[in-house]
Amino acid sequence: MRLWLTLLPVAIAATGIAWWLTAPATVDASQIVALDGDATQGEAVFHASGCASCHHAENAENDTVLSGGQGFASGFGTFYAPNISPHPEAGIGDWSVADFAGAVRLGVSPDGAHLYPAFPYAAYGRMTDQDLVDLWAFMQTLPPDETVNRPHEVGFPFNIRAGLGVWKVLYADRGWVLDVPPELERGRYLVEALGHCGECHTPRNALGALDRSAWMQGAPNPSGSGRIPALTPNSLTWSVEDIAYYLETGFTPDYDSVGGHMAEVVENFSKLPAEDRQAVAAYIKALPAP
Amino acid sequence: MKTIIAALSVAGALAVTATASFAQDVPDAVKARQGQFRIMAINLGILGDMARGKAEYDAEAAQNAADTLVAISGVHQPTLWPEGTDTMSIDGTRAEPALWDNLDEVLSKWSDFGEAAAQLQTVAADGQEAIGPAIGRVGDACKACHDEYRAPE
Repeated sequence: MRLWLTLLPVAIAATGIAWWLTAPATVDASQIVALDGDATQGEAVFHASGCASCHHAENAENDTVLSGGQGFASGFGTFYAPNISPHPEAGIGDWSVADFAGAVRLGVSPDGAHLYPAFPYAAYGRMTDQDLVDLWAFMQTLPPDETVNRPHEVGFPFNIRAGLGVWKVLYADRGWVLDVPPELERGRYLVEALGHCGECHTPRNALGALDRSAWMQGAPNPSGSGRIPALTPNSLTWSVEDIAYYLETGFTPDYDSVGGHMAEVVENFSKLPAEDRQAVAAYIKALPAP
Repeated sequence: MKTIIAALSVAGALAVTATASFAQDVPDAVKARQGQFRIMAINLGILGDMARGKAEYDAEAAQNAADTLVAISGVHQPTLWPEGTDTMSIDGTRAEPALWDNLDEVLSKWSDFGEAAAQLQTVAADGQEAIGPAIGRVGDACKACHDEYRAPE
């Protein structure tokens, strides 16, 4: 009995720590709500962030109907991209900008649940406030779609979302990966934040977290055969101009053409200003050799 | 002992057969379609290097390259894509099985390539500035298929 009494405070503390670790965080929305969103600027953020690539319907001709439904296989199960069109019930039409910020930055839904990191919120967490509200403004202009979300097919124990709270504390590091001089900051922002390039080009550990010590060193293709290539200088020998031209047209220096999910990335980057493609290329060329 | 020798020779024979069939396994249709893509890449390279300023613009060479792309777009494709030549069936190809589930769509995307090549053909002799955007449209047609139907390396 005495032992039990001694242990009780420990148990309470442990429960408290567990709750604190797994409880979804909330964003301080005061600065975000104060900003005015510009939909025209937001369109560029939308393309740079590649939202449509995952959230448009399978085989959709129209990339701006964000009805969701594409499946993404992983070692933990298959995740289905949700409807993020402005439909009030099926999509995210009844969200506030603060709800949107919570999802994009912290991976927390408006009802307080953790979102799976198939949604690259660790990268998007580096998005500026202004880009976030501009993106939100642009997304309001897209057509609503009534497709109902398909539940993820994720087995035990990964179907317990509270576990994601611990995962986030361990792995959702929002600091920059590389220290860069000022002239490479735009490229770093496009690669590490909006473009979330590391999600595919960087290997993951057993719990699905990016191994930042092997940043951009290539990884197995999460959704099938083959490998996602390394972008580090030991592997990628293209010039800055070669990389920028590839991001614009999809042509490699040998005039082979881009394939797989990267074709969607090129589709997005081709819509950005030429300086942004140059900035991405300059950052890629500055990656350290392993 | 005899049994062992017999077993070994059978195993040896099987190994030789397996190696031989592996080496010859890429069907002619697959070689032919890969060859046509190589012809496309070489000619896109001639045009692309001019568009990027890596090579000096040469109207005649540009026209020849664009004409060749149009000629390739006229090659009857179904002959080169027989059933059983996908990544699940053979080595030496990156053609996803899904391609055969959506043949109509794939063929319509091939026609889009033909249209983009024809447009490039009409502007190829007009100078360096004219070919850049036209090559971009050809690139879009390439991406449209490679997006879903070509496996990564």
